[in-house]
Amino acid sequence: MSIRHGLLALLERGQMYGYQLRAAFEESTGSTWPLNIGQVYTTLARLERDGLVRPLPENESGQRPYEITDAGRADLALWFATPISRADRPRDELSIKLALALTTPGVDVRSVVQTQRTATMRALQEFTRLKYTSDKPEDLPWRLVLDAMIFQTEAEVRWLDHCETSLVRHRPAPIRAVDQPEAVDQAGDEARR
Amino acid sequence: MDPVDGVLELRDVRRTHGAGAAAVHALRGVSLTVRAGELVAVMGPSGSGKSTLLALAGGLDRPTGGEVVVEGEALAGLSARGLARLRRRRIGYVFQDLNLLGSLTAVENVALPLELDGTGARAARQLALAALREVDLKDLADRFPDQMSGGQQQRVAIARALVGERRLVLADEPTGALDSQTGEAVLHLLRRRVDAGAAGVLVTHEARHAGWADRVVFLRDGVMVDSTAPLIGVEHLLSGSSR
Repeated sequence: MSIRHGLLALLERGQMYGYQLRAAFEESTGSTWPLNIGQVYTTLARLERDGLVRPLPENESGQRPYEITDAGRADLALWFATPISRADRPRDELSIKLALALTTPGVDVRSVVQTQRTATMRALQEFTRLKYTSDKPEDLPWRLVLDAMIFQTEAEVRWLDHCETSLVRHRPAPIRAVDQPEAVDQAGDEARR
Repeated sequence: MDPVDGVLELRDVRRTHGAGAAAVHALRGVSLTVRAGELVAVMGPSGSGKSTLLALAGGLDRPTGGEVVVEGEALAGLSARGLARLRRRRIGYVFQDLNLLGSLTAVENVALPLELDGTGARAARQLALAALREVDLKDLADRFPDQMSGGQQQRVAIARALVGERRLVLADEPTGALDSQTGEAVLHLLRRRVDAGAAGVLVTHEARHAGWADRVVFLRDGVMVDSTAPLIGVEHLLSGSSR
């Protein structure tokens, strides 16, 4: 997702200045996606350039609030109406890393898998604990964000388990698989003789 | 860490079945301390030694090496009778198959371990009702297992594991075939009991269930290969937030 649409969605609630946007963004994602104020201002500048928000006069404390424009509203509506394509998500570094680990000499793939599983499991514990302690009705948006992260981390652990099982079944490694057809051929030759 | 503050301690525990070339090493030297207020999940593939570990921790099986200590008592030093008493009084088990007795009502099932231990029938019933209240089943206390749903039966099994003053709760895939919502409720109960001061060990292959633990240990081929750092509480996760 883009921070752009996050900020547009927040401005749809009403005008806000940079620090308010940052606080509101973090609150709606339960602080799981921390933003620095620089990212907020860079994004606001781009949104302004594209005509999706407009700056308002500074208030007496010197803060400049922004408001969403009609074009911004249309862009936001389109975002909500459009499913997120898998191709738009960042590439999965972990699967690429494991694929490379398999073909890089001297890398203990099982230990790469285990190190990742421990880290992912730890994240899953933290999300579960946060969910367990957020049981008030007004926590629902935040609980749903947590559920998404719980399901994603669970899927990652399951995939890692699957990788480990596949690794066990495929030892010793791919080099041998190349030899196998020859062995079959020889057996065939012998049978023919 | 003071070694005696664990409710459960496994010290270099080994379990071998058979001998010589045919020997199967189910556990090859596992050390684990579980303290009061701590829930430890044990994960690992089939045959990694998870259930063996739980059976040894609960005194249902004896190690071939190393030591199992429950609340300061080394199980190896106990007579069969002493061990049976410790199991009835101190340890609660929640297993995949519930082992509820079909000829007894829910409250009788829960009261059974207390009565076997010499608690009077009336007192045992009161404690059993309290345990059933804890799992929101007090109204069904006089039903027989086959008059209850799978989820309700599982909660009876949990109540039986928690009844009285058990400080060590051992659970092996306690959510079994339950749907995910009911399964979550079962884990919630386990978590609550641990938060109230029990020590818990949860054997599971489901990452989402292990997520309820304070610490997750990974077994492979009878050896502990890794462990997540203990959760130190959620406050650090919430710092800097307006929540």
